[in-house]
Amino acid sequence: MRRTSLTTLALAAVTSLGLATIVPVQAAATINGAGSTFVYPILAKWADTYRTKTGLGVNYQSIGSGGGIKQIKAKTVTFGASDKPLDIKELDEAGLVQFPIIMGGVVPVVNLKNVKPGELKLTGALLADIYLGKITVWNDAALAKLNPGVKLPAEKINVVSRADGSGTTYIFTHYLSKVSKEFKEKIGNNTSVEWKAGVGGKGNEGVASYVRQLNGSIGYVEYAYALQNKMTYAQLQNKAGKFVKPETESFQAAAASADWKASPGFNLMLTDQAGAKSWPITGATFILLHKKPVKTENAQEALKFFDWAYRQGDKMADALDYVPIPDSVVKLVEATWKKDVTDAAGKAVWTDAMIQK
Amino acid sequence: MMRGPYGAPHFHLPDKKNILTMATGQSEIPDSVLKRQRLMDRAFHATTAVAAGIVLILLVGIIISLFIGSWQALSTFGFGFVTTDAWNPVTEKFGALVPIYGTLVSSLIAIVIAVPISLGIAVFLTEVSPEWLRRPIGTAVELLAAIPSIIYGMWGLFLFAPVLANHVQPWLQSTFGDTPVIGALFQGAPLGIGMLPAGIILGIMIIPFITAIMRDVFLTVPKFLKESAYGLGATTWEVVWNVVLPYTRMATVGGIFLGLGRALGETMAITFIIGNTHRLSASLFEPGNSIASTLANEFTEAVGDAHTSSLIALGLVLFLITFIVLSLAKLLLMSLNQRSGKKS
Repeated sequence: MRRTSLTTLALAAVTSLGLATIVPVQAAATINGAGSTFVYPILAKWADTYRTKTGLGVNYQSIGSGGGIKQIKAKTVTFGASDKPLDIKELDEAGLVQFPIIMGGVVPVVNLKNVKPGELKLTGALLADIYLGKITVWNDAALAKLNPGVKLPAEKINVVSRADGSGTTYIFTHYLSKVSKEFKEKIGNNTSVEWKAGVGGKGNEGVASYVRQLNGSIGYVEYAYALQNKMTYAQLQNKAGKFVKPETESFQAAAASADWKASPGFNLMLTDQAGAKSWPITGATFILLHKKPVKTENAQEALKFFDWAYRQGDKMADALDYVPIPDSVVKLVEATWKKDVTDAAGKAVWTDAMIQK
Repeated sequence: MMRGPYGAPHFHLPDKKNILTMATGQSEIPDSVLKRQRLMDRAFHATTAVAAGIVLILLVGIIISLFIGSWQALSTFGFGFVTTDAWNPVTEKFGALVPIYGTLVSSLIAIVIAVPISLGIAVFLTEVSPEWLRRPIGTAVELLAAIPSIIYGMWGLFLFAPVLANHVQPWLQSTFGDTPVIGALFQGAPLGIGMLPAGIILGIMIIPFITAIMRDVFLTVPKFLKESAYGLGATTWEVVWNVVLPYTRMATVGGIFLGLGRALGETMAITFIIGNTHRLSASLFEPGNSIASTLANEFTEAVGDAHTSSLIALGLVLFLITFIVLSLAKLLLMSLNQRSGKKS
């Protein structure tokens, strides 16, 4: 009896020793991130592919942008992800760099009998008036004038918004605040706002099910969500005065037209950008990293991963209906890495030699 | 003196030494054995005391952390936090009136719906139903309690809301819409989403809880009381109204309060169907918000400190409301135990 238990003990000791020698290696082979829920599906897909290729794991917790910002400031994670860019002052105070990793957009969706996807045309100002509760019926003169061929019913407009705080609401209200002064004053721009009309659903799926449920309703969801669920989206008039449909090209056009160089810390919202093809409610998710990382090797691995994602990840992004960052912007981002992310000795953490084929 | 199951007083338990003496027939047990047993006994007591203590520590810890977390909001907005209806994350002005109102009103609707139905089920199960039917119905009610709340929410939104919007709400509107005072409760577009639908779903959710308690307390009514009443020619209704209910009044009310406590804290089902809008409205057809669903919706993406702190303060308010309701329930149940103890 005693002998067996001794043997077990010895075995346990050996095993734990064995583990002890393995564990540090594993710890070095995982980088931790936290933040935006919007970016989670594509980050998870990238991380999985990257791990089978290199053995390096990326552990991402989708706790929300607010949580991601808090975690990176508290230095508990290697990188944070936020749908709302931090301004240059906040970045400097916390010693962070910021760069866009992936794009998406927000699409107005409606539930109207006899109206097909893409048939309804809207302008930013009209959309703002609907969400302000000023335009309340579908056969309103302004709507009818814009949509001569479309049969608009004499029904009340049921306005649906996001009840939970989200990057989607941030981008949407950012756009409406840009195009309508009244919207900016009365409602404003944030991850959650005090809506003046309608009901609120939780998450994209909550908004979508309310829109499906209520006749004559209008809501806003992420582009990927509208596409995958074949929802009746509306066309929007962009800054150039053209009506555009939500599709990968129109989102990339918005990113390409944006003046990234003039925006320190990539603090740039892609809403209402110039360009004939630009979709006006476009947004990006931003990665946050410490300029002087606590663990240089972790930050280096993270940058290698993001570089790989920029170069090899576009197909995966397309498959999940995300919009990849244009190559011209990637060049700017990597130049920032070289300049700003340094180890304790002031040496750049990222070099071109680290690019993986 | 303690009472056994039949009301007879227990004999004082003989101490351990005597039991052992009786069992072994020996007159003396070595002191070392006794000492060890005493020690183990003490260790056992200490262990259980620690386990119980952990609960208290947790409770106090939660209260303290709620206070610390909500301090910023409470010190900024003061008492106005519970009396103002603004909830604006952009301007960082927060008042809890809308969620408090939504929580109380939806729970009130739930109670108004659940109490009569639960009473009916409990009376049927204890007085009217034939013996063979009691178990299946009782089990069905218990199963209803086991359904996760998110299922109720989804059922409410996808199946119940359209029925409500197309049939029930228009009927309510045409029947009561023009009545003074209560007419105001039934104004607005019938969406199937809002305060009334949320209250109805909540009501369905708490029926099993209230029913279970009512049935159990109705069963405590002594047979001879009911049989005497029947002997005097009372009908079943008269027995229920004049004998069963007065005898169990306090416990019944206690059970209702327990159901209310559950309704107040319910989150997912409400989030699906209340409409999640921070607007105060007299009409029960309009969307509103409850404390629990505001927390569920906004906590993850609350970026500003004032927003986070206000949400924690909302949690504190909910904690206080539930605490008051549950204490009342406990008090009522306690007073019943004392009374029935004296009577029997």
